[in-house]
Amino acid sequence: MEEFEPRIIAFLCHWCTYTGADLAGTTRQQYPPNIRIIHMMCSGAVDTIYILKALIDGADGVLVGGCHPGDCHYQTGNYKARRRVAILKEILDQAGFTEDRIWLRWISASEGKLFADTVTQMVEELKKMGPNPMKKLWLA
Amino acid sequence: MSKSAMLEVKNNDPIGTLRDFFRDLLEKKVVDALLIPKKLPSGDGYCQTLIRDPELLVDVNPFAPTLPVQSAKLISHLTIMDPGCKVGAVLKSCEIRAVIELVKFLQVKLDRLILIGVDCPGTYEPSDYAKMSREKGKGGSITGNLLKGAREGKIKPQDGYDLRLACQICEYPNPQNADVIIGLFGHNPQKEIYVELRDGLAGELAEKGILATTEKGSSSRDSVIERLTEERLKRRDEVFDAFRSRVKNLQDLMDALSTCIRCHNCMVACPICYCKECVFKTPTFEHKADQFLRWADRKGGVRMPTDTLLFHLIRLSHMVTSCIGCGLCDSACPNDLPVATLFRAVGQKVQGLFDYTPGRSVDEEPPVATFKEDELQGESGTT
Ligand code: SF4
Ligand code: SF4
Ligand code: FES
Repeated sequence: MEEFEPRIIAFLCHWCTYTGADLAGTTRQQYPPNIRIIHMMCSGAVDTIYILKALIDGADGVLVGGCHPGDCHYQTGNYKARRRVAILKEILDQAGFTEDRIWLRWISASEGKLFADTVTQMVEELKKMGPNPMKKLWLA
Repeated sequence: MSKSAMLEVKNNDPIGTLRDFFRDLLEKKVVDALLIPKKLPSGDGYCQTLIRDPELLVDVNPFAPTLPVQSAKLISHLTIMDPGCKVGAVLKSCEIRAVIELVKFLQVKLDRLILIGVDCPGTYEPSDYAKMSREKGKGGSITGNLLKGAREGKIKPQDGYDLRLACQICEYPNPQNADVIIGLFGHNPQKEIYVELRDGLAGELAEKGILATTEKGSSSRDSVIERLTEERLKRRDEVFDAFRSRVKNLQDLMDALSTCIRCHNCMVACPICYCKECVFKTPTFEHKADQFLRWADRKGGVRMPTDTLLFHLIRLSHMVTSCIGCGLCDSACPNDLPVATLFRAVGQKVQGLFDYTPGRSVDEEPPVATFKEDELQGESGTT
């Protein structure tokens, strides 16, 4: 049987994590190709609906990447993103979905290596978890 | 600080006595307009009515035991632009709590609003109320029967009927944050009605010869409220426990929601869902055929309309922190889904994360509108 290759949808803020991902590329950091990046202006612009839609429709994991606290180019977008993710995770927890498939990470424009390491680690963890059961719920 | 008085009931008619009180409020310009439940000419129920002419006060009933719409939304329409005069609104406790939430989302302005809160023994589904009213003779006035039990806080719904589940588990039978409180609990409604006034209003009402108040309060009312609240909390926890043992995983949740037809009634009824342009009403979900087919392909097949789980989980994530538990989503659902129980049970946990109680105070910022720099640090994987 083919090895399970998780699919990750990543919402990355323009000013930090997206640029960090770019740096990972230009500095030839190695990381698995399981990630599809969606370019956002700020992590604070990631509505929970994007995260859930991705998970219900086929993603095995969602990565939300933003600037470190204090570094958001819109001052506080990342703090708001953090609350939103926390609220969504608590709701999913209460709905009986306790798997750790939503990752929020602060990765700056200069942290190309951290970006590559994060993706590598996330892919490993998701492989251990197996496919996301949500994406098979035809009734969803 | 507030002041209170016992309003003496005339002719054993508490509602008539209050009608006179409201007439005074209108005629002596304490309010210029009054929003209050008024009996439908058919007798089948009540509707909130915005009254200017005191003559129209006939058949109003502040204690109408039915809640066909959430007045918080009406209050939003009445106050979001300056109404240019003082509007009084006779509301149940869950309606006031929704008003408080909407104030924080800038959908209600309190400046010209006088909140008149009534003690609420609970409400019937509007359809049940209509049925009961047609079965008249079976024991007199529907409101009167409910009021009888309010004195001791032993609420007994009419034989063969139940109060709405949301009301059975409502832990706020008495209104908070009201400018005027009209109390039922702890007193004989045939004799007297408890009235509490915010300080400024107490002066105005005394000056205009409407009501003289003291600083007394009512200990009998307080103890009945305490007992009733305890009872409701117990029932609430039972309902939450039952729900939680029913919904243990995503499949269970899907089962609980399986008969949902995505009509959006629950959302329309919800006072907290105030967005003018809700994403679920936009063309975002009007996909092209090939998109649907691709989904069907990926999953083997897909229920239509799609996005039911998404709808409920997103609605939760957008507004559950402010869910005040009026249960009108339940009442609006054509298929009897346990939407209100879901929202309340999940709400309890999510609100708990931020130590937030919706409707408690206009000064507390809703969790979705604020943040703390030093919170939730484990969330970003950095510990
Ligand atoms: S939820 Fe509470 S305040 Fe609202 S109608 Fe029911 S009992 Fe009354
Ligand atoms: S009212 Fe009931 S059927 Fe309609 S969308 Fe809400 S839960 Fe689904
Ligand atoms: S700009 Fe990067 S998180 Fe806001």
